Amino acid sequence: MNFGPIFLFLIAAGGVVFVALFLNRMLAPRKPNPEKLSTYECGEEAVGSPWIRFNTRFYVIALIFLVFDVEVLFLFPWAVNLKSLGMFAWIEMAVFIIILSVGLAYVWAKRDLEWIKPDSDEIQAALRQSSQTITDK
Amino acid sequence: MNVLEPYMDLILSVVYLVGVLMFLTIFALLAVWLERKVSAHLQDRLGPMMTGGWHGWSQTIADALKLILKEDIIPAVADRKLFRLAPYLVFIGSLAGFAVLPFAHNLIGSDINIGVYYVIAITSLVVIGILMAGWASNNKWALYGAMRAAAQMVSYEIPVALSLLIPVLMAGTMSMQTIVQNQAGGFWNWYVFQSIPFSLVAFVIYFWASLAEVNRTPFDIPEAESELVAGFHVEYSGMRFAVFFLAEYGNMFVVSAIAATVFLGGWHAPFTFLDFIPGPIWFIGKSMGLVLVQLWLRWTLPRLRVDQLMHVCWKIFLPFSFANLLLVGLWVVLKG
Repeated sequence: MNFGPIFLFLIAAGGVVFVALFLNRMLAPRKPNPEKLSTYECGEEAVGSPWIRFNTRFYVIALIFLVFDVEVLFLFPWAVNLKSLGMFAWIEMAVFIIILSVGLAYVWAKRDLEWIKPDSDEIQAALRQSSQTITDK
Repeated sequence: MNVLEPYMDLILSVVYLVGVLMFLTIFALLAVWLERKVSAHLQDRLGPMMTGGWHGWSQTIADALKLILKEDIIPAVADRKLFRLAPYLVFIGSLAGFAVLPFAHNLIGSDINIGVYYVIAITSLVVIGILMAGWASNNKWALYGAMRAAAQMVSYEIPVALSLLIPVLMAGTMSMQTIVQNQAGGFWNWYVFQSIPFSLVAFVIYFWASLAEVNRTPFDIPEAESELVAGFHVEYSGMRFAVFFLAEYGNMFVVSAIAATVFLGGWHAPFTFLDFIPGPIWFIGKSMGLVLVQLWLRWTLPRLRVDQLMHVCWKIFLPFSFANLLLVGLWVVLKG
């Protein structure tokens, strides 16, 4: 067990980036102007802030990821010791995985794994209602 | 010499580190050149031909020099602190992976007993760096790219981790060197050919998912040039951009090298009579072979849509990985 070299790698990685950026600073020209520092949007003037509220889809994916990532955490020690633990450990883990698969099946059935999630029935009904009122007027 | 005796480990580690850095630089320069040549020839073009004479071999060196002389632009509206920090995280995540790659039986940064686990953990830094870069740029392209990249990379981390569990199961250890040593004695002992077809399936899933991990085609929607210009690093220029680029190519090598280590016998020769050829040549050769497959796929397959991407990960790779894991576990238990 020797984590010294790994620590060295982490430090060195930071050092390399620092040196590279320092060289860049020394060698490159620095002539900023407002046009150059404006946000790049293929030549268009940027409209509004990009720091907007994001689709909840991303958060759902992050949550599902968290569940399964924690599970993988439990799987690693099991995988290392399975040979010595034998059949009992295998059955235990099979039960654990089946329980988690129920979770996966639930998200699947809830259509949260689909990127373009169709609106729920209530929302669709509400949308139909509002478009109806607009056409009535 | 006695004065240096207590520091011998440190000195050796530093020498090894410098060697790895040189290797990474040469690999990146070579891989960028190869990428251009391979893509050119696949499309019936020639690619760079002028710089340096023979088939434009020094094109990427010239590009690197150009990048170091380029002005470093930080947009006025950007979050300057995070904007500067992001390349550090991405590069640390990439280089730290090299610390546990076994180039030969005595050539490894540190043979820690959690090698496989460490790689999965440390490469997650890249996701944070990318998200940070996209957010700090305060640019719509960059933020879309970063959000997509984060969603994709965390999703595919699960199939990657589950497939890497297969060799861990068979070896009963997470140490990279022990996993390689267990695959000695000819290619039929490599883990990819053990417990057929399960480990073969694991290898295929790992390779596909690792393409998504490093944002390569067909999983390159975070950078999709035709819609997002360049994705999360659209506002980066000069050396900061070069650092992202270097880290990306470093990651390409790391994921290929892990596949070579845990599935393809690492530094072992495919036949025992070829053992006289040194280990690093086999190891780098196998890894470069997989890198070439990555380049080849880029010009063969179209980019997946984001919904297809999630479909493949959660509905195909994940159930298959779980089934695979349990079956290999059973195989291991019954074999004793």
